Amino acid sequence: MNDLYQKIITMTQSGLPVESRPFLSIAKELGVSEQLVIDSFKKMNDSGLIRRIGIVPNHYAIGYTHNLMTVWDIDDKKADSLGKEIGQLEFVSHCYRRPRHLPDWPYNIFAMVHGKTKQEADERMEEIRILLQSDCHQFCALKSSRILKKTGLRL
Amino acid sequence: MIERAGSSLLQKPAVLSELEKKLINRLQHQLPITESPFQSIAEELGVSEVEVISTIRNLKQKKVITRFGPLFDITKNEGVFSLCALKVPAEQIDRVANQVNSYTQVAHNYLREHRWNMWFVLAARNSDELENIFDEIVKSTRCEGINCPKEAEYFVGLFLPV
Repeated sequence: MNDLYQKIITMTQSGLPVESRPFLSIAKELGVSEQLVIDSFKKMNDSGLIRRIGIVPNHYAIGYTHNLMTVWDIDDKKADSLGKEIGQLEFVSHCYRRPRHLPDWPYNIFAMVHGKTKQEADERMEEIRILLQSDCHQFCALKSSRILKKTGLRL
Repeated sequence: MIERAGSSLLQKPAVLSELEKKLINRLQHQLPITESPFQSIAEELGVSEVEVISTIRNLKQKKVITRFGPLFDITKNEGVFSLCALKVPAEQIDRVANQVNSYTQVAHNYLREHRWNMWFVLAARNSDELENIFDEIVKSTRCEGINCPKEAEYFVGLFLPV
């Protein structure tokens, strides 16, 4: 990987300066031109190395107090196609397949669901349940009760 | 005295101004990659660049937003992510959370209502490093743990309109 990209990642993984010319201040620190920094960000963005540049809100602070990690035990053969369908529901923010840990953890599909009220979150979970019907053997919702840490990744 | 884990984080809704709400909605989408990105946002929202910048700084300071900047997908750079869980006895939550949170490789950590009650994301350069950190956490916290690395990603795209 490009050495400049690595330096930019290291410098900005904790955040971008909130000032009029954010890319200029990064450029100055790295001793390169502002245009080069902008081009690098565009390329990292196009390649998917950057998912997006923006904010990460604290869910609770912006009113989403009912955050459920919903987990589903779905037949392996159908997990990928149903996982994609769940991921396409507009209220699902993340959807992944992960390994089961039998017997204590039988779930293989994880979908994050957020609501401003308990009812809203529960209705959304119900929508997933209806979509899965008998392809899901068991499911569970793990409501978050406290944020213990939230920083984003640092490497 | 054990510090209450997460006590520095907002755990309930904040009162938000109209401009704060607009910015929270707009900035959950992509910031323009240009010389003066906040100027473009300001024009979109019909306010001044100075207002945009000071409002974002203020939201950060109030901890309504936990981050402003690029979100990297480290899996595109040979990095790995895993979601891990521990079964932590109720009276040991703060002790264990402080131990887990002390790792820079732990990006976030949530307490959840379940017998597997502590869920955190580990990020590492490769799966060996990740497994080593996970083993170390399980050993040092003396809690039962499960490591659930991502096998397939179907969707990532958080948008929480306010």
